[in-house]
Amino acid sequence: MSRASKLAGPVRLGLAPGNVTRWIILGVVAIVFAIPLLSLLEFSLRDGFTGDYTVIHWTGLFDPENARPYRQLFQAIGNSFVLAAVAVGIVLVVLLPTMLLVHMSFPKLRRVLEFICIIPITVPAIVLVVGLAPVYSVVVRIFGSGTWTLAFAYGILVLPYAYRAIQSNLDGVPVVTLSEAARSLGASWPVVVWRVLLPNLRRGVLAAAFITVAVVLGEFTLASLLNRRNLQTAILQVSQSDPWVAAILALLALAFAFVLLLVIGRLGTVGNRSTS
Amino acid sequence: MTDTQALRTAAWPTEPAASLGITPATVELDAVVKQYGAHRALDGISLQLEPGEFVALLGPSGCGKTTALRALAGLEAVDGGSIRIDGDDVSGLPTNKRDIGMVFQAYSLFPHMTVLENVEFGLRMRKVAAAERRERAQEALDLVGLGERGERFAHQLSGGQQQRVALARALVTRPRVLLLDEPLSALDAKVRVQLREQIRRIQTDLGITTLFVTHDQEEALAVADRVAVMREGRIEQIGTPEELYVTPATPFVADFVGLSNRIPGVLTAGTIAAAGATFALLGDAQPDGPVLAYVRPEDVVLDVAPKGKGLAATVVASSFLGSLRRTTVRLDDGVLVAVQHEVAVQPNPGDAVRIGFRGNPVSAVPAP
Repeated sequence: MSRASKLAGPVRLGLAPGNVTRWIILGVVAIVFAIPLLSLLEFSLRDGFTGDYTVIHWTGLFDPENARPYRQLFQAIGNSFVLAAVAVGIVLVVLLPTMLLVHMSFPKLRRVLEFICIIPITVPAIVLVVGLAPVYSVVVRIFGSGTWTLAFAYGILVLPYAYRAIQSNLDGVPVVTLSEAARSLGASWPVVVWRVLLPNLRRGVLAAAFITVAVVLGEFTLASLLNRRNLQTAILQVSQSDPWVAAILALLALAFAFVLLLVIGRLGTVGNRSTS
Repeated sequence: MTDTQALRTAAWPTEPAASLGITPATVELDAVVKQYGAHRALDGISLQLEPGEFVALLGPSGCGKTTALRALAGLEAVDGGSIRIDGDDVSGLPTNKRDIGMVFQAYSLFPHMTVLENVEFGLRMRKVAAAERRERAQEALDLVGLGERGERFAHQLSGGQQQRVALARALVTRPRVLLLDEPLSALDAKVRVQLREQIRRIQTDLGITTLFVTHDQEEALAVADRVAVMREGRIEQIGTPEELYVTPATPFVADFVGLSNRIPGVLTAGTIAAAGATFALLGDAQPDGPVLAYVRPEDVVLDVAPKGKGLAATVVASSFLGSLRRTTVRLDDGVLVAVQHEVAVQPNPGDAVRIGFRGNPVSAVPAP
């Protein structure tokens, strides 16, 4: 092998693991994640009395005849999707414009905004609830006690994830130059945001939206302590009378979140074309 | 002809540019002030551009030249003075209402749009019908020699091509004024020269009033009808490139535009005696006393004969610059003097030589 060909290709640092080590690590991690999931699947396919394998629990969940006993469960799933939609709305309507404004007009405030957005990840859920409880007494007076109002708390809860997703995209796009170019060509500010900035921030915005959906669908503590019914509280409740359905729903929720993560990963690949 | 040569010929059109239907405008900046906290970025600058004129704003980093251009574009709000385009005061108008075309220092093509869509963008904002939009965008792309690249994306173009598309995009809307904010600074030297010549040719053909910001004096002198030299938020001097070079109004201009030797001397009644020669003082009158005279290297004559007329000196260094050679010599009193001379004369470091002065008028500052 010539010296030139030896030098070609990526340079490996001494501490980087070899291919075999990488596959071993990947395998161990996959096993750690797969065992509980497969166990859950296996459990959901067992007959509770005979122990034989059956799909009766899966078909039973979607059988129209069982609509009544599972009514509250499906209502809770509906609640979770509404919560996810409102939380995404909060991210898009409040966080995104704020970040754009700070990035373009008040760059000195970036650290402050970053600090504020990271706070929720450093505060334990129980502490967050203690703080939010009196706030919700006001929220209830203004907006009523509908489950959707929980989305305000979720809007706070998802800030760290949504902020990071959007900020990483913002850092890679010359937002100021693009907006100034568009302005010089006669575009109004709404047109600049809609036709120039958002298409270039699509990857970050979609990632923020999907992460928000994933977080909201998996959230239990706030809903439980603030006495709202969502997917996770419903799963807990139904698990006490029908553990198989709880297992099925937990699996489906995880699968949905997994698909969302795959989509986010795919977005990252697609986004490379226009930002390279 | 090789493929590369063919490509270069295709990429750099030599035919006269079409008119694009642009009507040149007058531009007036009158006592414009811009303040950033305690710092005055623009200290009451006044500048007038005649219709179809190409004016360069030249100065070192932080002198306020880009701020002046951005103020004209409406990207910076001014704190005082007025900005008029064709007599209309546009100081209070937002950028998108000023009818300007602008090319930025950083690549500013919209990455999610094709080249053609980028050029069409301004027309789309003006609600021009699709067929006319496409036709005018294609015409503008042809103007910059990129008519065949309409379906490409920005990342598929070189830096020079991106700036040419940006130029087409800025011109396609038939703006009243073209603003160029150091559009060549990110390009390599050869492309920079080619593109600046193309910009100048297109500007001349279209007759569009143009303000060009640069910190590169060679660039400014090469393309502009007039050059305004800025320093600390003020315009030090405005004039043709020849005026700036030959008769700099201030030592700063003499120092910034071209290369100057600073030779100690004594000013008496408008005449400077320095290094055994006498020079008339350029610019405003100054009190008599010790001064530093700014003498151009081409105003110094080099004689490689060690004995004869002139001041004795020793060669310190000599550089080949292509069409000429620049040699630095040390006088007996330790003063370093740069001399510009023909390449055939090749002094070596340590050689004993003699220098003289042509005696052209010079700028001067009081000696520290």
